Amino acid sequence: MQNKNNKVKLLVPLFSVFLGLLIGGIIMLLSGYKPIEAYVALFQGMVGDPYFIGETIRQMSPLILSGLAVAFAFRTGLFNIGVEGQLLVGWLAAVYVGVTVDAPTIVHVPLAILAAAVAGALWGAVPGILKARFKVHEVITTIMMNYIALYSTNEIIRNFLLAPGERTENVKESASLASPFLQSITEYSTLHYGIIVALIAAVIMWFLLWRTTMGYELRAVGFNQHASQYAGINVSKNIVLSMAISGAFAGIAGSMEGLGTYQYMTINAAFTGVGFDGIAVALLGANSAIGVVLGAALFGGLKIGALNMQSIAGVPTELVGVVIALIIFFVACSYIVHWLMNRVSKGGKI
Amino acid sequence: MSFMDILALIVPAAIVSAAPLIFTALGGVFSERSGVVNIGLEGLMLFGAFTGAVTIYYGEQLGLNGAAPWVSFIVAMIVGAMLASIHALASITLKADQVVSGVALNFLAAGLAIFLTKKIFNAGQTPVISERISKSDIPFLSDIPLIGKLFFSNAYLTSYVAVGVALIVWYVLYKTPFGLRLRSVGEHPMAADTMGINVTKVRYIGVLLSGALAGLGGAVYVASISGNFTHSTITGQGFMALAAMIFGKWHPLGALGAALFFGLAQAISISGSHIPFLQDIPKVFLLIAPYVLTILALAGLVGRADAPKALGTPYEKGKR
Repeated sequence: MQNKNNKVKLLVPLFSVFLGLLIGGIIMLLSGYKPIEAYVALFQGMVGDPYFIGETIRQMSPLILSGLAVAFAFRTGLFNIGVEGQLLVGWLAAVYVGVTVDAPTIVHVPLAILAAAVAGALWGAVPGILKARFKVHEVITTIMMNYIALYSTNEIIRNFLLAPGERTENVKESASLASPFLQSITEYSTLHYGIIVALIAAVIMWFLLWRTTMGYELRAVGFNQHASQYAGINVSKNIVLSMAISGAFAGIAGSMEGLGTYQYMTINAAFTGVGFDGIAVALLGANSAIGVVLGAALFGGLKIGALNMQSIAGVPTELVGVVIALIIFFVACSYIVHWLMNRVSKGGKI
Repeated sequence: MSFMDILALIVPAAIVSAAPLIFTALGGVFSERSGVVNIGLEGLMLFGAFTGAVTIYYGEQLGLNGAAPWVSFIVAMIVGAMLASIHALASITLKADQVVSGVALNFLAAGLAIFLTKKIFNAGQTPVISERISKSDIPFLSDIPLIGKLFFSNAYLTSYVAVGVALIVWYVLYKTPFGLRLRSVGEHPMAADTMGINVTKVRYIGVLLSGALAGLGGAVYVASISGNFTHSTITGQGFMALAAMIFGKWHPLGALGAALFFGLAQAISISGSHIPFLQDIPKVFLLIAPYVLTILALAGLVGRADAPKALGTPYEKGKR
């Protein structure tokens, strides 16, 4: 039984990716592009040479973290659509520490990442408190908190951290995750040490959920609030805790952008989209740590490969957004996959 | 600047900003009253805006002139309903998580709309349309002292249509058999099924209506406010409409009031710098005001608002 479940768990995402790419190909065909040429370019743009591999891995680190944030909340029965906002406040906090504090690297980098985690945790805790205390649905509050974060971080940069070019100063050398070594072995991609942080975070999430009492309680609340309450678990506390931890992961995702990829924060006219992609990554990864890493690898690769697809096959990068949306649809409708598999395994009968 | 001048500046602007929100929020009422969460309103509105911009542009080429925006509204409603049918299929028939399906719909609409814009116009945006809904005074009513100037002059016809549609939705939901069925399916689908109501069919209608109205909201936004479609035309208005619907306690007239209120908040944030009293408040507070107010309202400031009981749960026949 366990074995069959695992097989389904693996088949649903694989089948969804296949269907997503298939329909994406049909859309390309209908709009007069060459799907095979485009997908070859997409694939080459993901892993075709060391430079593209470096870019794909770089893109993975914020995606892993935002995926972990969504997955962690999901595990405890909550839906965190606010990763985007938590990411923005985390980004700002990391850059603030990176710009204003003087410290040796060994202190500075962890301090900046910690600041991001705390900022994200606080931002995430607000919907948690509202849910626990006033029974306000977290989906709406997290969406609202995203907009508040977007406008507020912009205003703070404008008033306190502004440098020429509608952005903050670069973070100090000692707070930077940039790595000349990693760049040199990947033909000077923008790869940085963030991926190590992201992978450690994945291990932490796994450990927290599956090897600690706290994780047991969080998962119990996710399975059945009433039973947990009856068993003496403080449901309200766990809801707030879960949103705070989820927000912390999202905040660290922001520090990846602030300390690694950009080294600064821009005044954002719109959302980065990384937080929303985290939803897709978590779904595809079945809310498990290892699944999130694999999902982030796929989506990171698709995003980077899309640029190559546009320059070689002329297909607008937005097609990848469409494919990702379709993949989420199919994962959400895993019912189809179960149904199809049942049909096959029972010899054509339902 | 006198108080009346300030009102004369803000109230018409608020009514203008509110119209797209009203349509979309009413769409949300239909969907959620039938028991289907529709986070996808943002995407539906965005695709409606794209459809509206394209239809008006080609309508102008075909010589439709002033009729072009009105034709685009109909097209946007049809396209919106078609797009919403994906959400309906996923969340009703295939029993997908409704929130996830809605999120996917937002992604899909954004990706597809910009993909198609680039394909059709070879640019990231549609050309600016010249045939817009024009501002006009309503005859007779605009001559009423005080209120006439505030509410009935210098406004778009679509704004009044929006208010009219809100009244119609209220009538349909509370005074017709169909409305009773829709609400019962959202509260207790099993009981409704027992009474011979086709739960699946009614929910499909609810979601398709939400798509049509959200599409209309997007097209109205293009025809009256933005004038073309780019990736940044619809950024959050759909979520605002969703918030307005909840703020309005899933009631059409409540949604109307909340949408007008958000329209006011937007109008103030746009023209706040011209108003003496508001000049000194940093603009960011005006920008985040609608979102903060929504959270406060949900936290109990306006009293308990109960969602339809079966909201978010797929209906499975025979499951208790």
